[in-house]
Amino acid sequence: MEEQGNTAGRPAGRAVANLARGMTHIVLAFAVNLPLFILTVLSIVFIPLGVGIVLLPAVVLATRAVANLQRRLAADWSGVRIAEPYRPEPAGAAAPIPRLKWVMGDPATWRDLLWSFLNVPVALVIGVLSAGLLVYGLEGVFVAWWVALLTDYGWGPFWHITDFGAFGFAGTVVLGAVLAVVSVPVGERLLKAHALFGASLLSPTRRALTERVAQLAESRSQTVDASAAELRRIERDLHDGAQARLVALSMNIGLAEEMMKHAPETARRLLAEARESSGTALTELRDLVRGIHPPVLAERGLDGAVQALALSLPMPVDVRIDLPGRAEAPVESAAYFAVAEMLANVVKHSGATRARVRLEHVRGRLVMLVGDDGTGGADPASGGGMRGIERRLAAFDGIMIVSSPPGGPTVVTMELPCALSSPKTSPSSGTD
Amino acid sequence: MRVVLAEDLALLRDGLIRLLEAFGLEVVEAVDNGPSLLRALTTHRPDVAVVDVRLPPTFTDEGLKAALEARKRVPGLPVLVLSQHVEQLYARELLSDGSGGLGYLLKDRVSDVAQFVDAVRRVAGGGTALDPDVVAQLLTRHAREEPLRTLTPREREVLGLMAEGRSNAAIAARMFVTEKAVSKHTNSIFGKLGLPRSEDDNRRVLAVLKFLGA
Repeated sequence: MEEQGNTAGRPAGRAVANLARGMTHIVLAFAVNLPLFILTVLSIVFIPLGVGIVLLPAVVLATRAVANLQRRLAADWSGVRIAEPYRPEPAGAAAPIPRLKWVMGDPATWRDLLWSFLNVPVALVIGVLSAGLLVYGLEGVFVAWWVALLTDYGWGPFWHITDFGAFGFAGTVVLGAVLAVVSVPVGERLLKAHALFGASLLSPTRRALTERVAQLAESRSQTVDASAAELRRIERDLHDGAQARLVALSMNIGLAEEMMKHAPETARRLLAEARESSGTALTELRDLVRGIHPPVLAERGLDGAVQALALSLPMPVDVRIDLPGRAEAPVESAAYFAVAEMLANVVKHSGATRARVRLEHVRGRLVMLVGDDGTGGADPASGGGMRGIERRLAAFDGIMIVSSPPGGPTVVTMELPCALSSPKTSPSSGTD
Repeated sequence: MRVVLAEDLALLRDGLIRLLEAFGLEVVEAVDNGPSLLRALTTHRPDVAVVDVRLPPTFTDEGLKAALEARKRVPGLPVLVLSQHVEQLYARELLSDGSGGLGYLLKDRVSDVAQFVDAVRRVAGGGTALDPDVVAQLLTRHAREEPLRTLTPREREVLGLMAEGRSNAAIAARMFVTEKAVSKHTNSIFGKLGLPRSEDDNRRVLAVLKFLGA
């Protein structure tokens, strides 16, 4: 994947692509980078006035969007991959001051700013060079010599073609052709140089990468621990529950078989017992399956499963879901259990009479909100279920924000970065 | 009585056929996937369909969807839906057209063979058979609200059995009381809940379910 795209294709196509790409860089630099740089500086100046507090994060995020475009162009046009260095939005960063701290505390913000500034001259030089070489060559081949026939015309390093007679005319065409041909590989190298210049400022620094590795190592080890514990629990439940009951069941049936002839009444009693214990085993298995992967989640996805969950609670739950597609199965599962745990807390601890659930997909994140009108005082730091959910979400770079003042109300907001698949096509009876 | 059966696990399918035929019901076709189920239901027009929720090809709620679709094409087609798990959501979808001839039971309930066959017959006759788990959830959901709080424990028990779809006679047999005692309870319940009294068992059940928001 290092080298791709632009070394293939006809020379003419490559030349046109170079021209267009060089011009695009110039336009982006002057029309977008420069104004954003100026806006950023102004926002910083205006922080003491208060306006900057709100303005700066917005401008910084816009700069990030432009930097991301640059990252994509570098990959698509020159095969230079540039990773995103930004720190994830921390919990509570919707409020102005924490938001300002978040964007200003990220070293990537300042490197972006430096890039916005330096990219203006760099893009200009690179764009003009790569375009100029081609245009000048073409001029030599097609334009210069016949213009020179009409007027006194200079081409090349300001020589007068006519000064050299026939040699001057032929030389212009040959030299122009050489320049035009050479401009193709040279232009590509110039564009790559621009991409590498971008990479030098827009890539994560070594320190940022080290931080990210540490963070990933921690969330991975927590995930591994949690899933090992989960498997142990399932094993124990099966071993002491359904499995043991099935043993007792087959024992009872065997005994009943023996008793059938001589003590039919005892046999009947044993069979009735056997049926009862099979019922209990089934109930236990059903609960276990629900804990692993709820069937309704498999059947209806997150949308249907959360609605089903809300209907099964002993209080009215106002559910609003706006998801234009489906998330990956592991994300759906994590999201479902997160909502389920929060609703279970509402039922168990809050003393609420109503609850509400909102699910939506905003800017590449699944946003889940669970609220109630109860007495508040929920604290994820006290351990238990909430802490577990926080860890589970962290495995997906997700976050949880709890607002639960004493006296209530409680609102838990959870976010999971994820993409949604295309709108669901209902897998129904398959007739029409 | 002619039955169409849909169940993808061969072991269970054969067991259900044996069970139904032992009680004199005729299984006219047994299918193992959603599309065949819809075709079988619309061609045979059976007296009752016994349908597993999860079927191939999608292994999601194929059976439920086929059953709902068939009832759209053949209004009032009696369907008894079986599942490894019960959901209020599915119960609500099944009951949403407001007509009878519907059942929704946990698969576990087949272990009480007589009760199960009774449920099949009840649904075929236009009645309702709702799983006790679904009914229990409906009742706890509304337990704290005004009209339900005023019911005596005995009345609440009767209300639950009614919501499952049982007739007065069946409720009386179950609670070891006379039918007269049951109808006294039902009258009192309907009075407290403000529901119109009805002699028709099925209509009465639907009124109760509607009241409970199923």
